Amino acid sequence: MNPTNYLYVSALLFTIGAIGVVMRRNAIVVFMCIELMLNAANLSFVTFARINGNLDGQVVAFFTMVVAACEVVVGLAIIVTIYRSRRSASVDDASLLKR
Amino acid sequence: MLVNNGLVYLIALPLFGAAVLLLAGRRADRWGHLLATAFSGMSFVLGAVQFYQMLGRSPENRSVSQKLFNWISVGSFNVDAGLLVDQLSICFVLLITGVGTLIHIYSIAYMDHDKDRRRFFAYLNFFIAAMLLLVMGDSYLNLYVGWEGVGLASYLLIGFWNQKPAYATASKKAFIANRVGDMGLSFAIMIAFATMGTVSFSGVKEAAEGTSQGALTAIGIMLLLAATGKSAQFPLQAWLGDAMAGPTPVSALIHAATMVTAGVYLITRSNFIFDAAPTAQLLVVIIGAITLLFGAIIGTAKDDIKKALAASTMSQIGYMVLATGLGPVGYAFAIMHLLTHGFFKAGMFLGAGSVMHGTGDEVNMRKFGGIRHFMPVTFATFGLGYLAILGVPPFAGFYSKDKIIETAFYSGGIKGIIIGSVALFGAALTAFYMSRLMILTFAGTPRYDINHPPHESSFLMLLPMGILAIGSVTSGFLLARGDALVHWLSPLFEAHEGHGEEILPPVVISLMALGVVILGAAFAWFKYGRNPVSDTAPTEVSVFTRIARRDLLQDDFNESVFMRPGQALTRLLVKTDEVVVDGTVRGVASATLESGAALRSTQTGFVRSYAALIVIGAIALIAAIWAVTL
Repeated sequence: MNPTNYLYVSALLFTIGAIGVVMRRNAIVVFMCIELMLNAANLSFVTFARINGNLDGQVVAFFTMVVAACEVVVGLAIIVTIYRSRRSASVDDASLLKR
Repeated sequence: MLVNNGLVYLIALPLFGAAVLLLAGRRADRWGHLLATAFSGMSFVLGAVQFYQMLGRSPENRSVSQKLFNWISVGSFNVDAGLLVDQLSICFVLLITGVGTLIHIYSIAYMDHDKDRRRFFAYLNFFIAAMLLLVMGDSYLNLYVGWEGVGLASYLLIGFWNQKPAYATASKKAFIANRVGDMGLSFAIMIAFATMGTVSFSGVKEAAEGTSQGALTAIGIMLLLAATGKSAQFPLQAWLGDAMAGPTPVSALIHAATMVTAGVYLITRSNFIFDAAPTAQLLVVIIGAITLLFGAIIGTAKDDIKKALAASTMSQIGYMVLATGLGPVGYAFAIMHLLTHGFFKAGMFLGAGSVMHGTGDEVNMRKFGGIRHFMPVTFATFGLGYLAILGVPPFAGFYSKDKIIETAFYSGGIKGIIIGSVALFGAALTAFYMSRLMILTFAGTPRYDINHPPHESSFLMLLPMGILAIGSVTSGFLLARGDALVHWLSPLFEAHEGHGEEILPPVVISLMALGVVILGAAFAWFKYGRNPVSDTAPTEVSVFTRIARRDLLQDDFNESVFMRPGQALTRLLVKTDEVVVDGTVRGVASATLESGAALRSTQTGFVRSYAALIVIGAIALIAAIWAVTL
């Protein structure tokens, strides 16, 4: 199978993730979209590793997973805290940075 | 040239006195004036010793010098701080310290009631030091330091009672007018350095021969400008009348006997320049002649006794400047008149101070009258000064002023006749205004409250007046006897071959001078002595009198030509500063503010809009990379 097709899938996943981040209000969904974008990038790395015949891309994919795991821990904690204090997980409600 | 390392003490002693009095503060209030007087007196003694030693040497070996330290050393340009006492300087040293000490003594009594007497004496001592530096410096640059020093002392002392705003203004006026002249001196020094590469008197004298006529004329004119500022000559004369705001001893010392004659010293000292630059020399004569009449005319219209004397000073210095412009033959007579004038004018100023002291600081002569009955000693000393300034033989002024008139007549051709006549007319005016002053003050009937008659001053004030009166009587005869002063000064000047053409015998000129003096005095008697004088100035007077009372419109001229355009220029510059400079600075600030306000609208606080911007930015970046690589 032509490895280029994996790249098309990766681009598609990344686009879906990016649109989700911009369009959705629910913080959990936005968060999942971010994860989707990260994994799209992972897919690209792995594909490139396959195309080039070395392990560099595979190694970076592991790093990305580790970072993503950390991010999930911190991000979910923040979302839960915001939900507790504001009774809402909408990202538009948390617009206090302006002031 | 002889070297004497003691010369510096002449200057150092009074300078030290000034420092002690100023630094010791109120602790010196009780004895400060005595210390200052002692230092001034010691300076006089040192000067007299120098003079005595000088007398014992042959004429060409009389100069004494002292190198203090290497002041400026830049490449080939070297200036030493050095002192030079020669036949010319010693005349000034004796005049400054002699009259200065007498006026210190006088001031002890005159300033007795002033709580700032110590500060006054500190300034007086500082003035003596600066003036000595002026006449003892061996280069134009050293002279310049003293020149500025006396300007500062003059400023401080005119404004001594600066709690009165008018007096403070008078001191500023004097300072600014002097600044204009000082600029001339600094230009002269710069031109001398640029063309000759030296600024010492001896160096410039040597280099003057090989220097172009144009440069010498430029230096001469700039030196003349300096002299007009310091010596209150036309066109920078306007400050002297207002300078009378200072205490009377100051008027006597600084604004009659010594500082205002610094211009005459400068021209005489620079004789080698003026002798080689006939245009500048002619200009000196013209300035002298104009000021001579200018001062005399103002003097006829003043009712303020000190301002009348100030106008007279201006006029008499006009005589001296006129004489210095007549070339080698005139320098000695200028100095002779300067010395005799130092005696009689200082004496008369002290007399005026004594009258003011006795009448409760009244200066309006129309409120005097008949004071001779109450102040006989003041009257006698003032009267001797009066006879001296008129030029009545055998008093001092007769010898010095007659010589100047004579030299003016003999200077040749139509020029000689014109300036001789001006000098003669000035003598008549002098006789008129001085007689008017005498009659209004000392003769006639009292025009003050007769229940509070004036009282004679104390001995400490009368003593200097008496000594100066003796000088007014004898100095002319002593200096002129056997041409003593002319021979004394002659090694300094170019040799000259006698007089110019003698268009009239000297006796005739003397008689003419005496004649116009008697005419002037008689006219004053006819106008003021015969009839009772009103105690207020008449208001129904001719336009000429009115102009003369306004100092021949000198202030109106200065204010309309220099002051108002200057203020307009200042306002314009302030406006420019506000609009252009401040405008630029404020423009940058407000541009930053406004661009910030515009960009702030993008900061919505919504996370999703930030995310959208990031996405758009990323897409734009990729598009840009694509566009470049394709």
